[in-house]
Amino acid sequence: MSTRLKLLGAAAAASLLSLAVLALVVAPEDARQGDAQRLMYVHVPAAWLAYLAFFVTAVASALWLWKRTRSTTWDLLAGSSAEIGVVFTALALVLGSLWGRPTWGTWWEWDARVTTTAVLFFLYLGYLALRRTGATAEARGTRCAVAALIAFLDVPVVHFSVTWWETLHQDATVLNRELDVKMEGFWMPFTLVWSVVAFTLLYAFLVTLRLRLAELEEGREASDLERAIAERVRAGDPVPVGGS
Amino acid sequence: MRLAHDALLVAGKDLRIELRSRVALQQILPFGAIVLVLFAFALDPDRGVLPRVAPGLFWTAVLLAALLSVNRAFALEEANAARDGLRLTGLDGAAVFLGKAAAVAVQLVVLEVVLGVGIVVLYDVSIRGVGLIVCAAVAATAGLAATGTVYGVLASGLRARETLVPLLVLPAVAPVMIGGTRAFEAALDGAPADGWPWVQLLTAFAVLAVVAGTLAFGPLLEEDA
Repeated sequence: MSTRLKLLGAAAAASLLSLAVLALVVAPEDARQGDAQRLMYVHVPAAWLAYLAFFVTAVASALWLWKRTRSTTWDLLAGSSAEIGVVFTALALVLGSLWGRPTWGTWWEWDARVTTTAVLFFLYLGYLALRRTGATAEARGTRCAVAALIAFLDVPVVHFSVTWWETLHQDATVLNRELDVKMEGFWMPFTLVWSVVAFTLLYAFLVTLRLRLAELEEGREASDLERAIAERVRAGDPVPVGGS
Repeated sequence: MRLAHDALLVAGKDLRIELRSRVALQQILPFGAIVLVLFAFALDPDRGVLPRVAPGLFWTAVLLAALLSVNRAFALEEANAARDGLRLTGLDGAAVFLGKAAAVAVQLVVLEVVLGVGIVVLYDVSIRGVGLIVCAAVAATAGLAATGTVYGVLASGLRARETLVPLLVLPAVAPVMIGGTRAFEAALDGAPADGWPWVQLLTAFAVLAVVAGTLAFGPLLEEDA
């Protein structure tokens, strides 16, 4: 690990530790929700991180598709970022569900944002599955980039459809949808902003590490292949040429 | 017009294969019908529940059967290296996309008519608001066929293609499921005014899917897995 990466990791760890202190001790207890509201300091940044990760995936995919900027790094970055995005989407859903139980009185509400996020989760789960189907690097890059861009385009449409779905059919139950947390004083909003900063640092650290790992994997595959070919050449086996 | 002509050639080829092999007719249609029957088993053939939820069940059955159609559309290209043949024809990727999507759409329309008759007969639904139903079905079918075709080529030639397609397609067509169901509900409830915004959404989705497919299909067809 390079020094810069170590520093980034240390910064992420320090900001997360300080976030824990801020969220659990310094920030005041919410007047209406009590301690349950403290989930906001992990739920909101987890959701933010998921969006950020998918945005990076979309940008990296577009850069791969554009021939002038095509490089394996973009493809690997898209995949690395999507992995982190899926993990944090799941985290946001689970934390939201835990938060929903004491405040909404239910583990799951078919609310527009919850439903869209769940669809988002499955879209990118499919994307990750597509990445692991053993195509050649070139074919994988193009196929996955197209899938990532379609997933990214599909999200606003899904969002519209579930928003309309609700406004047409469930007007009464959405009253408690926006929790309308009144931000009081300084520490509550500060802790929320701090949580976003801390999670963004964590994302930068994780994605750099994951990208490095992906590049090593690719290099390893290539060198293994070269070694296998060299061994067969030495053994005097005919080397198959072409074919698929 | 070259594009339309080439697309019709590809659609004609796929539909001719389906007419001769009868896979769509003898496997996909009966599959859709059995799904309708299964829903009736699951929900107890109670005259109260089935008509109320019929639109949702209809679109669920269509979606599940559409997955088979999409898999089939690309299984055709895998046998005898037909995919290479398709590339060697020199047809534009966009034309191949439009043709394959049109062939899937035609099969889906047949499926929808049969399943529509099925829900009228089996679920005791009385049809109202035919104009809205037809418009919603056309827009939904276009979106479904285009999305399915894009993901079909994304997964074609890969290991685990059959299991990958449902995972990719089903979340992506969530708007079709929601929009189609709500539009049908509005029509059957005799409140078509509530249904037209859904037709707009379905149309927007279809346009987006067709544009994405037209742009992306050429490069995807060129890439060998």
